[in-house]
Parts: sequence; C-alpha cells; structure tokens
Amino acid sequence: MTNSILLVESIDVQTWTYILVGITFTLYIGIAIWSRAGSTKEFYVAGGGVSPLANGMATAADWMSAASFISMAGIISFAGYDGAVYLMGWTGGYVLLALLLAPYLRKFGKFTVPDFIGDRYYSNTARFVGVICALLVSFTYVAGQMRGVGLVFSRFLEVDINTGVIIGMLIVLFYAVLGGMKGITYTQVAQYCVLIFAFMVPAIFISIQMTGNPIPQLGFGSELADGSGTYLLDKLDGLSTDLGFAEYTEGSKSLIDVFAITLALMVGTAGLPHVIVRFFTVKRVKDARKSAGIALLLIVILYTTAPAVSVFARTNMIETVSNQPYANVPEWFKKWETTKLITFTDKNNDGLIQYVADKSKNELVVDNDIMVLANPEIAKLPNWVIALVAAGALAAALSTAAGLLLVISASVSHDLIKKMINPKISEKGELIAARLSAVIAVCVAGYFGINPPGFVAATVALAFGLAAASFFPAIILGIFYKKMNKEGAIAGMVVGIVAMLLYMIKYKLGWFDDVVPDKSEWWFGISPEGFGTVAMVLNFIVSITIMKFTPDPPQDVQEIVENIRIPSGAGEATH
Amino acid sequence: MSSKSNAKAYWKENIRYVLILMAIWFAVSYGAGILFKDALNEIRMGGFKLGFWFAQQGSMYVFVILIFVYVRLMNKLDKKYGYDE
Repeated sequence: MTNSILLVESIDVQTWTYILVGITFTLYIGIAIWSRAGSTKEFYVAGGGVSPLANGMATAADWMSAASFISMAGIISFAGYDGAVYLMGWTGGYVLLALLLAPYLRKFGKFTVPDFIGDRYYSNTARFVGVICALLVSFTYVAGQMRGVGLVFSRFLEVDINTGVIIGMLIVLFYAVLGGMKGITYTQVAQYCVLIFAFMVPAIFISIQMTGNPIPQLGFGSELADGSGTYLLDKLDGLSTDLGFAEYTEGSKSLIDVFAITLALMVGTAGLPHVIVRFFTVKRVKDARKSAGIALLLIVILYTTAPAVSVFARTNMIETVSNQPYANVPEWFKKWETTKLITFTDKNNDGLIQYVADKSKNELVVDNDIMVLANPEIAKLPNWVIALVAAGALAAALSTAAGLLLVISASVSHDLIKKMINPKISEKGELIAARLSAVIAVCVAGYFGINPPGFVAATVALAFGLAAASFFPAIILGIFYKKMNKEGAIAGMVVGIVAMLLYMIKYKLGWFDDVVPDKSEWWFGISPEGFGTVAMVLNFIVSITIMKFTPDPPQDVQEIVENIRIPSGAGEATH
Repeated sequence: MSSKSNAKAYWKENIRYVLILMAIWFAVSYGAGILFKDALNEIRMGGFKLGFWFAQQGSMYVFVILIFVYVRLMNKLDKKYGYDE
C-alpha cells in the first residue's frame, strides 16, 4: 500500500497527462467505431432515437467549450461581479430554448436550422441566408476551439502548439467523419463525464483547503479555514481594494451594458445552430423539453462551480505573488512564463512583484486562461489532478469542435447541395458529400487554429451576437407569429446580422478608423458584446414592419405552424 | 370539442405557463441579479451579498427549476388535451 502511494506520487505531471489523455482518446475512438453512421439520418440527427438523458449529457458537452472550461473562471476572477454576464447569459438561454424553441423545432422534424428557416418561410432565399448565418457563426466559434486544443497540448505535453492543433484535428476528423451525429453524441456523453470530473476534483480539493467546505458553491461564501473568522469574499474584496482594483463583488461595467451583454448571450445561446440541432435527435416533443432541463442541470454544475474557482484562484494568486521577491516564485510561475501567459517586468527594479490596478506601476500580466489551468499547481494539488485538467480541457474543446463541424457539414451537404443545388442526389451521394464537407471544415478550422487571424479571439464571443441578431427572431416569429412571411423574415435576418457585423467591425476591430474607437463612442453605452441585443430588437422591428406591407404566407404554411404547436405525432425527422 | 378548438385551448394554456415562467426568469436574473443588485447587496447570506449571490449562483438554480416545472406542467397539459404519447 505504502509502496503504491509512493509510486503514484513519483509519477510526474507529464507522464500522468500522457496516461490520462491516452486513455480518454482511446475511449473516444472506440466509441466512434462502435457508433458509426450508416445513413444520412444517422449522420445528421443520430437516427432520431437518442434518450433524453444521453442527449442532455451530449448537449452539455457540446455546449461547454474550451471557453467554458479554460477561460470562463479566469475571466470571472479578473472581472468579479461583472463575470455574472457569462454565468447568467450562458445558462439563461436554456430557459428560452426549453420554453420557446426546442419542443416546436423537434415537432417540425427537420435536420438543420436553415432547413427550418427555408421550409417555414417557403423560400430558398431564406434557406440560403440561414446557411450563411450558420456558417458565419460556426466558423468563428470553431477556430477558437482548435486554438484551445493546441494550447493544452503545448503546455501539458510540451509539443509544439501547431502539432497540438493537428493531433486535435485528426481525432475530431476521425470520429466526426466516421460517426456523424451518432458518433458525436456518444463521444460527447463520455466527454461530459471526463470534463465535469476534471473540473470538479480540483475545485473540491481547493475548497476544502481554503474554507474547509467540500462544496465549492458553498465554500466561496464561507469563512476562511485559517480560523480568522473572516469570510473569503470579504477578504478578497479587501485584497482587491488594497491593490487599487474595484471591489470583487461590485464590478465596474455600466448597468445597461451588463443588461445588454447578458441578454445577447442568452438569446445567442438559444440561437446557436449546434445547440438547437441537438434537440432534433430525441424521439418525442416531451423528450426535447426534458433533455433541455437535463442539459441545463448538467451545465449548471460546472457554471456554479466556476465563480467559486475564480474566487479561490484570485485569492491564492494575489497571496502567492503580490509583493513577493521574483527570485522566490514557485515553479509553476516559471513554467507558465515560458508560454508567455504570465509576464513579469520589474519596472522599479526592486526585485519584488507589484501587482496593482494602476497600469503604469503594474508589473505582472496574467492571462485569463491560466486561472483554471494553473490553479491546481498554485494550490499544490497532486500531479494526477493537474494532468486531469488537461484531459478535461481537451474533452471540452473537442466535443464542441465536433458539434460545430457537424453543423457546418450538414449546412453544406443537406441545405446547399441536397435542398438547393442538386435535389436528385442519392442518399449515398449525400452521405459522401456530408463526410467530404466535414473533412474540408476540419481542415479550414485547423488552418485558423494554426494561423489565428487577430480577430478570432475577439469574434468568438461575438458569435453569440450574430446568432442573436439572425436566427433567434426568425425562429421565434416562425413559431409564435403565424402571419410572419418570408419577406419580413429575410429582411429581418439580413438587417440584424449586417448591423451586428458593422458594429463589431467598427467598435471591436477598428477597421473603419484604423483604431478601435473609445468606449465613450458606443451607442447607448453598449459594448460590441452586448450589441447583439440591439441587433435582435432591430431584426424584430424590421421583420414585423415589412410583414405588414407584404402578402400573408400561403395557407399550407399557416397550417404547418398550427401543427408544430401540437406536441403529438412528431414522428421521425424527415427530408 | 372539435380538434381545432381543442388545439386552440391547449395553445392558450401553454402560452400562459410560458409567460408566468418567463416573468420569473426575468425577475431573478435581470431583476435580482442586475437591476436591484445594489439594494439586495445590503442583505447578507453568510459570506454572500444577496445581489451578488443571485447574479453568480441563485439565478442559475432558478433556471434549472423553471425548466423542470415547465416539463411537469406540459406533460400534464399534454394528457389533459389528449396529446400525450
């Protein structure tokens, strides 16, 4: 017994990472071989017979990306209260999905989101606009995932970041192309288990260490374990103000911007094609509702833990490095310095690390992503826990990348080729087209992962704005407003997405003025991240106005709308 | 009842449920977590200021509960109107 404990302790982080990543990758490939798709129906919607629980788990893994796993807790730990926009924004959208979208889209029974848009608005123009929106949203999103994969590989396995991206590409390629939606669904179930375990274990360890409470959600509202009787959050508020930052629990964004960003993220979540399409895979309408609930429950386990991790990590980090001599920094600090995610410049040459809000005096720059990746090392947890984080981050990035790639390939092979270019294509031909488009999509995503254009990181968050501005109003009106016609919907989508793109290019990328304009120039004080809310409202207004001046939709379309409101007889997804 | 008026009545009840649940959805997140955060922060629950807790914890728990309440309500409604399967 003692021997085996010694053995476990003597294995270093890198070996542990190889072991854990190796086991999980073998598992994913095994599942892919077992569940490969034989028909287009299996390729697009996993045959339509996925159980609500499996679909809930797959949705949760699909949804929680590298951003949720690696970046979110870090972003919150620097943003304090303001981080709530991501927490509420990325969970509240599921209420919209369950109450307003999923049951009706399942009843409609098609394969893709542009499919719904095209049929409900009886127009291939609408379908084409839908395809463009789906591709725009999915590509901006997937490039960020590949980058996440590369990052984890380069740090934990010490391979080149590009090699990491290519390894990730090959794995995704293998199971997405072979298994389609069916393969993806069951690998995502496994990936959910890996990622939630990997996120919770270090959080629980650190919560016990700092507060004595094993439940992180309660731990960060508890007193410190050092017997001082101080609440952890009060301590962090104190540390933050001492260094010149805003109080952690207060935040610094304006009220209207917090409101707008939260709404844009919620509505964007409900409009993301790779999330919506998951609800096409269950059997009945009631299963769609239930699996939305299960998905959110499983997501909320991570999302309520993340703000606790943020508080633990920030307190730990400030205490470990603030005003300490650079010569004595722990090993993890040096390791992360080599990846340039931590940088230290001794501005006043006193050999101490000054970490303060004042930019001219601050000497330490810490990347958001480190807070989760380095957290176990900062808290001195065992090597296997550190390695587990790498496996979890990879599971999160791969599962989301696969879901997005499937949306891209289905948009091309089903919506473009089958529905618009060559309706006579055979089942077999369409399946080959779907697989080919998946291969091309993986290569494009990999290319952006290796050569990230400067704007990728900026646009990932904005993918939500694009989804909010385009799909959400078109789908909602399609279900709840029988008289909504194609003219209104198309005009609304085009105006919404163009407005979002222009605002993003002007105020986020600064391409119009060669510089990014100052915050004071934002419309209504709303940031580009929150502008999706404005663009969505614009979409609704334009759609309804144009509809008033154009002919009603045909009778049979109005009957379809009445039919999707009734849950029974959903049957199977069909062409 | 004809099938058309049956469907209409079903839809009306569904919309009523949706509106009530969405009102709660709005109240906990945008209300307690954002608009009235400062007032609620005067109240403390252990180490948490209440507004902060709603924004970073409470609203998410309520979201989960809302969906499961809707699932239950709708399953009952489906049975009542004969749309269960």
